[in-house]
Amino acid sequence: MQELSLNILDVANNSVKAGAKLVNISLIYDENHLKLIISDDGSGMTKEVLNKLKDPFYTSRTTRKVGLGIPFLTLLAEQTGGYVEIESEVGAGTKITALFDANSIDMLPIGNLGSTASTLISGSPDVDFVFHISRGELEFILDSAEIKILLDGVPVSTPQVALFIEEYANDNFLQITESK
Amino acid sequence: MKSLADITAIRDKMKNLIDTRESDEDTIRIVVGMATCGIAAGARPVLSEITAEIARRELHNVIVTQTGCIGICQYEPVVEVLVPGHEKVTYVNVTTDKVGRIISEHVIGGKPVAEFTYGRVAR
Repeated sequence: MQELSLNILDVANNSVKAGAKLVNISLIYDENHLKLIISDDGSGMTKEVLNKLKDPFYTSRTTRKVGLGIPFLTLLAEQTGGYVEIESEVGAGTKITALFDANSIDMLPIGNLGSTASTLISGSPDVDFVFHISRGELEFILDSAEIKILLDGVPVSTPQVALFIEEYANDNFLQITESK
Repeated sequence: MKSLADITAIRDKMKNLIDTRESDEDTIRIVVGMATCGIAAGARPVLSEITAEIARRELHNVIVTQTGCIGICQYEPVVEVLVPGHEKVTYVNVTTDKVGRIISEHVIGGKPVAEFTYGRVAR
């Protein structure tokens, strides 16, 4: 993956597959770090599954024998000197925390986060996604539930709506991700 | 900079169109693989391009959805086009450059772009 936003899309899709109704995605920047938290109210995992998660040759899927989502994210965090931590409870949900050294030469750019937001929101209309981006005093929240209320029955997957979400999200995300 | 309230203008325009839309039986479905394999191979910009092309051409009988891994990871990004009454067509190694022809020749013109299909590429 060439952008961190692609890993976010990939890992958040796991929450959708776990039956989540709400997925929270937080990016908290400070001077030296980016902390990414993806949490959901999905089915959660047992200790056994949790222990196998960082093993690329473990996957819950049946169409292929490898599962690379979490190993990719872990590699990206660890190569900056950071880490990935996963907490999960069966029936309650899963919380993934990834810490990155934002100044590391191996820090991947965040990339098109608006496209990730739009892809998630339009791709899973029955799930709600809350993006929370902050850096010090700067803060922006994108809540798909709020968008759906404004849409008043027009599907969130409508192409014009998906394009709007990407552009609106990026306008606001970039204010924070590109600020120093 | 866009404000969230701007979405209401899109909503009002779309509401009028939904009311006049043909029945679901005429709806063409485009499915983009969005698992780890698809994403790593470039499925997200392909999806964006499909979405933009449909919006640009104002095609109101087309819906775009996403799916997981269908087991042919080496051919990602994979895009399936389902036209009612016709067999499903699977496009492989799709790039943003190929999207225009898939939309104009297949989705609008009704003639699949054979050279981009799994049957041709995987041979």
